[in-house]
Amino acid sequence: MAVQTAEEIDTEQPPAARKGSLRDRPVTAWLFLAPYLALFVAFVLAPIVFGLWISLHNWDFTLPRKPFVGLDNYKDLLNPDSVSFAGFWNSMKATGIFTVLSVPLLLIVPLAIALVMNQRFRGRNAVRAIYFAPYVLGVAVVGLLWRFLLDANIGVINYLIGLIGLPDNTPWLSSVPQAWGALVGVTVWWTLGFNAVIFLAGLQDIPHEQYEAARVDGASAGRTFWHVTLPGLRPVTLFVTMTTIIASANMFGQSYLMTNGAPGQKTRTAIFQIAETGLQNFQMGSAAAASWILTVALMATSVIVFTLFRGREGERA
Amino acid sequence: MKALRLSLLGVLTLMFVSPLLFMLLTSFKTRQEAGRTPPTLFPQQPTMQAYDHIFHASDTPVLRWFANSLFAASANAMLVVATAALAAYALARMEFPGRKIVFGLIVATLFVPPVILIIPNYEIVGRLFWLDTLIAIIVPTAANAFGVFFLRQFFLQLPRELEESAFLDGANRWQTFWRIVLPLSRPALATLALLAFLTNWNDFLWPVYVLFSPEHQTLQAGLSTLQSANSVRYDLLMAGAVIASIPVLVLFVIAQRFVIEGVSRSGLKG
Repeated sequence: MAVQTAEEIDTEQPPAARKGSLRDRPVTAWLFLAPYLALFVAFVLAPIVFGLWISLHNWDFTLPRKPFVGLDNYKDLLNPDSVSFAGFWNSMKATGIFTVLSVPLLLIVPLAIALVMNQRFRGRNAVRAIYFAPYVLGVAVVGLLWRFLLDANIGVINYLIGLIGLPDNTPWLSSVPQAWGALVGVTVWWTLGFNAVIFLAGLQDIPHEQYEAARVDGASAGRTFWHVTLPGLRPVTLFVTMTTIIASANMFGQSYLMTNGAPGQKTRTAIFQIAETGLQNFQMGSAAAASWILTVALMATSVIVFTLFRGREGERA
Repeated sequence: MKALRLSLLGVLTLMFVSPLLFMLLTSFKTRQEAGRTPPTLFPQQPTMQAYDHIFHASDTPVLRWFANSLFAASANAMLVVATAALAAYALARMEFPGRKIVFGLIVATLFVPPVILIIPNYEIVGRLFWLDTLIAIIVPTAANAFGVFFLRQFFLQLPRELEESAFLDGANRWQTFWRIVLPLSRPALATLALLAFLTNWNDFLWPVYVLFSPEHQTLQAGLSTLQSANSVRYDLLMAGAVIASIPVLVLFVIAQRFVIEGVSRSGLKG
């Protein structure tokens, strides 16, 4: 199995139609595509454009009149004196903190687990299923469960910490920075299996001959890891990094269920703020503008990450 | 080395299994025992009273939510597989003007953060009068770019000769797809159906905001209303969490291989 980036897939030709034994009229292809494209246009492509349109209006879902306001929603979000400024940027900061804290852990811990799992041993599939299991549970279950376990007064976590003689009254869900520890820790617990499974598949994709060659050269385990494993994993690491950044920057359920944004609104994330602004208070124009700002910030981050990975590849060549 | 690995795996297992076990045990405790410090591990007087309560409270009809989620996730999985298989087949095997553009657009949206769609899709769903209905949970999320990408990769690997001989025997495209390609693709279709089911079952933000009535909630969205209705009744919350976990855990145990292989392939081009 070869590994490719999205960009390469984009330009790839399927080995189709070279023999010409199966010729289709274009209408056949479009008929096959039609049901999917109907959904895709209605709920993915059109909304992207429609969201931009909404962001240019003072758009209240419940009111018939939705006056055009140009870039005012954006200006307000960028103007420190406006009422929407503090709430939005506070939530962007929360999302930034969460992303910066969680992404490195969600790369390093799953990679370490994948390296252990890449050796052959009895019961390997059972272990893999166990650490993957939380991922299938969904954020509502995970959020409620950990809210209970992390409860400052009756939670098991504080009880266990107390047993080893440390303070047993940490306010995990109502103070920062403790709440960041709780939110990041729970997210790592919940999703590391997902990343570990992808890393493991990437490890198994590295040609065995490369390890053989390193062994013949007498390379140490550390050098083998640095010069064979890591370069071999680069495309997979890029993919995992990108998807983890996007997932972390869209964190909602953990904060909604475990801290409800507390203390104050310090752990209320950007998507939480956007959903409350747009779908609770029905200031949809402002919320749509905010989601465009968040998306542009995310795309800029993705481009930087992508360039960093590409740059490193260049150095090696 | 082996001892190190064993102890590492032991700690790992403990970290992942014990919270779930504690959730299960707590759901069989009385209200008082669930909130007791120091906490008990095993229920001293095992009771079903938490389940009894959540099954019969009118503002938190957990069994109804269960049925809603089961229906929505199954319908969504079927819709995803049906539409993605058709589209992926056209993209894998047919030559037509615009193919590259269509595929490029679909792949590009794999990297579009979902936040951009929330506000406009709420407005669209509102105009279709789908708010507070399960259709809002089933249909919009069925535009699954990953599904098309995933199945296209699978179809590209199938030997073309089978389709060509069917074609020589007089089968048309549709018959070739239906009789040759789909039966050969059962594992891939099952994997996609499972992943779509799990994703829909676990979806949270969207149902929290588009569903309002207690009887229309999905389980995941309902759990958050269970929490606000019973903020310190951990016996009830854990019983609700157990109910929400059972189907996905059972499905995962039965079809573990498909789920994990589906996920691991998402980072690779097959």
